[in-house]
Amino acid sequence: MLSAAFASRELWDIIGLSLAVSLSATALAAFFGLPLGAALAIWRFPGRRVLVVAANALLGLPPAVVGLALYLLLSRSGPLGWFGLLFTPAAMVIAQAVLAFPIVTALTHRAAEDLWSAYGDALMDLGASKWRCVPVLMAMGRLSMLTAVLAGFGRTMSEVGAILVVGGNIAGYTRTMTTAIVLETSKGDLPLALGLGLVLIGLTLMINAMAFALAGRPTW
Amino acid sequence: MSRILFTVLGALVATLSPARIDAATAQRTAITLASTTSVDASGLLAAVLPGFTAATGITVHVLALGTGQALDTARRGDADLVLVHDPEAEHQFVAEGHGTTPRQIAWNDFIVVGPAADPAHLKGGHDAPASFAAIAEAKAAFVSRGDRSGTNALELRLWKAAGIDPKSGAGSWYRDIGGGMGQALNAAAAMPAYTLSDRGTWLSFRNKGPLVVVVEGDPNLINRYDVIELNPAKHAAAKLDLAHRLAEFLVSPEGQAALGAFKVGGEQLFHPSAAAPR
Repeated sequence: MLSAAFASRELWDIIGLSLAVSLSATALAAFFGLPLGAALAIWRFPGRRVLVVAANALLGLPPAVVGLALYLLLSRSGPLGWFGLLFTPAAMVIAQAVLAFPIVTALTHRAAEDLWSAYGDALMDLGASKWRCVPVLMAMGRLSMLTAVLAGFGRTMSEVGAILVVGGNIAGYTRTMTTAIVLETSKGDLPLALGLGLVLIGLTLMINAMAFALAGRPTW
Repeated sequence: MSRILFTVLGALVATLSPARIDAATAQRTAITLASTTSVDASGLLAAVLPGFTAATGITVHVLALGTGQALDTARRGDADLVLVHDPEAEHQFVAEGHGTTPRQIAWNDFIVVGPAADPAHLKGGHDAPASFAAIAEAKAAFVSRGDRSGTNALELRLWKAAGIDPKSGAGSWYRDIGGGMGQALNAAAAMPAYTLSDRGTWLSFRNKGPLVVVVEGDPNLINRYDVIELNPAKHAAAKLDLAHRLAEFLVSPEGQAALGAFKVGGEQLFHPSAAAPR
């Protein structure tokens, strides 16, 4: 059954869309989350603790709630309706980026804080500005940062609650691996649903292995 | 490290931008059809729509929702056309000024399915309200969709006709799962329990387990599918001209023939009825 599904162009399109949506959502989350996590470790300012606690609390952000909130924002009758983004892959990217962003931020902050307490004074003594320290900390903690990004990626690949609501599971347009699994389960085709699940786990495994191979060993 | 990171990010953005541009061009000739799960899950739309797309160049994005949710999506302006099956909800939708007169495109029927062991002794019955009364009497497990779908609305009307408040069985034999038809059938097969299903979803469902059809053939169980175009006064942003072409296709002789030709396991699932609505 799955071998028949594999032969179909449709399955490859679904896999491609899953990867495209999740990778771009993760890239967005990393683009903002990595520097923010490092900055939260370096700068002391009022409200810093609140942000750190918020980022950690949002690790458990329910996808269904993110989906619903974005749905109401992006709906034609909502404040951002004129963009026409509801039921498009772009809406799915936004939803997953929102979910992954606190994960990347909180995990980056955790690693960066340890590094900052160990090397912060030394870096400042060498005359580095705090702005200069952000990329330095990110480079020093690159394996921890990688873990932070991969944790965010894992979240985006596995979630279904948010993209089902804002994407609509439209065949050939917004159907991903996870929404296809939900659909096949509802059609009672449990072997196909399970097979798709195994493919999804295999993909996630491959991406993680590739990421670690690219990152290489720590050099310090 | 940061250089690698930015290279990767850059590559990602580069690969995704063409996809986004493609999507933007495609969207101008794409419409969103808010439809019921039964016409999608049974495979009907996947069989009929490619012909329309090939003839017109219009891509149809199908949102498979319960009827209540499909109408709400259109109310918010997030769909261009609706295809649903709940006369009462449709009437309200039109009365609110959201849509023009519904046009029937096809019909089939609902059925009561249940465990082959048949604890409420319904097999061979043709009276839906009486069978519901027997289920309540026997306190036999019954799965309700509970999702404001067309099937859920009919189920609630049948309980009313049977003179029974099913909420009295909540927590014991009446099990409101709040899900789609497939979820309800999966739940009913696992419990096992009785449930109300449309015939299309039932015939194409692959996990029937111990379930069999126990009641069919009651005139109360007719299932009418209507296409409703949106009112331009309320939905100026919708692609009404493209939606109109799909609505016209569905009621045209060509579209009707395509609906009637769709079969699962040799069985015709939908009876075209635009010319003679039931």
